[in-house]
Amino acid sequence: MTTVETPPTAPPRKAATVTRPGDRIFSGLSRGAGILLLVVMAAIAVFLTVRAVSAISKDHGNFLTTFEWTPSLNPPVFGIAVLAYGTVVSSIIAMLIAVPISLGIALFITHYAPRRLGGIIAYVIDLLAAVPSIVYGLWGALFLVPHLKGLNLWLDDYLSWTVIFHKSDPNSAARSLLTVGILLAIMILPIITNVSREVINQVPKMHQEAALALGATRWEVIRLSVLPFARSGVISASMLGLGRALGETMAVATVLSASPVLSAHILDPVGGTFSQNIVAKFGEADEFGRDALIASGLVLFVITLLVNGAARLIIARRKEYSGANA
Amino acid sequence: MAKRIDVSGLSAFYGTHRAIDDISMTVEPRSVTAFIGPSGCGKSTFLRTLNRMHEVTPGGRVEGKVMLDDENLYGSSVDPVTVRRTVGMVFQRPNPFPTMSIYDNVAAGLRLNGVRKKGELDSIVEKSLKGANLWNEVKDRLNKPGSGLSGGQQQRLCIARAIAVEPQVLLMDEPCSALDPISTLAIEDLIGELKTRFTIVIVTHNMQQAARVSDRTAFFNLAGVGQPGKLIEIDDTERIFSNPSVQATEDYISGRFG
Repeated sequence: MTTVETPPTAPPRKAATVTRPGDRIFSGLSRGAGILLLVVMAAIAVFLTVRAVSAISKDHGNFLTTFEWTPSLNPPVFGIAVLAYGTVVSSIIAMLIAVPISLGIALFITHYAPRRLGGIIAYVIDLLAAVPSIVYGLWGALFLVPHLKGLNLWLDDYLSWTVIFHKSDPNSAARSLLTVGILLAIMILPIITNVSREVINQVPKMHQEAALALGATRWEVIRLSVLPFARSGVISASMLGLGRALGETMAVATVLSASPVLSAHILDPVGGTFSQNIVAKFGEADEFGRDALIASGLVLFVITLLVNGAARLIIARRKEYSGANA
Repeated sequence: MAKRIDVSGLSAFYGTHRAIDDISMTVEPRSVTAFIGPSGCGKSTFLRTLNRMHEVTPGGRVEGKVMLDDENLYGSSVDPVTVRRTVGMVFQRPNPFPTMSIYDNVAAGLRLNGVRKKGELDSIVEKSLKGANLWNEVKDRLNKPGSGLSGGQQQRLCIARAIAVEPQVLLMDEPCSALDPISTLAIEDLIGELKTRFTIVIVTHNMQQAARVSDRTAFFNLAGVGQPGKLIEIDDTERIFSNPSVQATEDYISGRFG
């Protein structure tokens, strides 16, 4: 073994750095934008937390388990049980309906439809995304509610034994969590479809050819190479949709007949959601009432964070197998 | 097992563009046939007509006849899916399913064919990986993703996946062009072993490779850009590389163009 002797070197001289004004200005601007975001987020968080804590500390009911929302009583009693339940249940219904349909549309556009038909469908989906939510709300209240009555009665007749589809008063209007869920499903369909379609379009042709060359049918190609590759992207797309469903305000407020009742029967016209409750109560609320509403908004924020975190976990767990390292 | 391929009067189109024109040739069972020729001469397109992969491309269309022993692959009652189960294919870039383990990659074709029993799958997966000279390198990590292997290993994994379903014919579309020389050598050795069991057709840009691995060589050429590719001649590899009967072949082999 011979060792190579390193010649004594002069201490490394600092490279002469030329600072260009353009670089400086741009780095300053982009840094500023980054810092601004953090400051705004912090300001919102502090604002929400301070106001929420001051309201919750004066609550004479249990904030998490109380059904009623009556912060104007003396002593004030309010809780989020009904709101959290209604928000989660209507969003679950929306997801159960929207995710499979969206995935179906996305696969149809990318793999089954003739190119021109696919383009038309994609355009219509984009239109659906451009409809303002209050319009969905009006359509829901004036069209969906009366027309879902029949479906409600049918579900009550045949599936009443499941408890979920039991309708306490068959004559009541379909201003229920189920109707809200269906309306939300239509509203989140475009975003889930569009993002899924983008992701599915990214599936490399060579993986699909690999499946084809093994003698896979069209469905088997999708199952072997398209769906596994697009899986994490479709989950992300669904989470975007879920985020919208959780926070949707006007459409829910227009359709749902709100009342502080927590019912397992999703056909009953009772319940509420966070944002529906806020928009319904904000106008008439006094200072304290507003703080109470802010507290409920904070809970919605936390729920959304948890859902996003869970989605990230699901995606990360199978990272090793994801298409990203192909 | 291995079958003879008999092509007659075959043309392939992309939309209205004629990519290859009127090709006829015979490929003997248990032999290696190499396709050489300049870029755009249609050798890959022709290869893809042999397992009906050409028509997967939008606008892809084929005229003519491809007989596999006595069955016409383009017969009106023939299902392309069935054709692809009997004529396997290995691609230019290694393409193991990235979301699947090494084991599942090899088992994928078997599962498509309805093999479900664990014991049967296990033994065929082992046999195929051994057949692709990959078993010793991966036997301890069969449940790891296939995309974690090196490029050469991934390509041998793809070969294992293709031979697991016991095809009659194995098509290889420039299987070594994305690989380093060592991995290339491993694949070439493997081709030599596989030809005892399968009919092999390989497209290659590397003339030394054609000379090393093949028994017969077909030279394709095109008259100019936008012109359809044609089969110039097919002969024993030795003859093509020493004393071809067409001047264009001689020019291409000796590096005068292409």
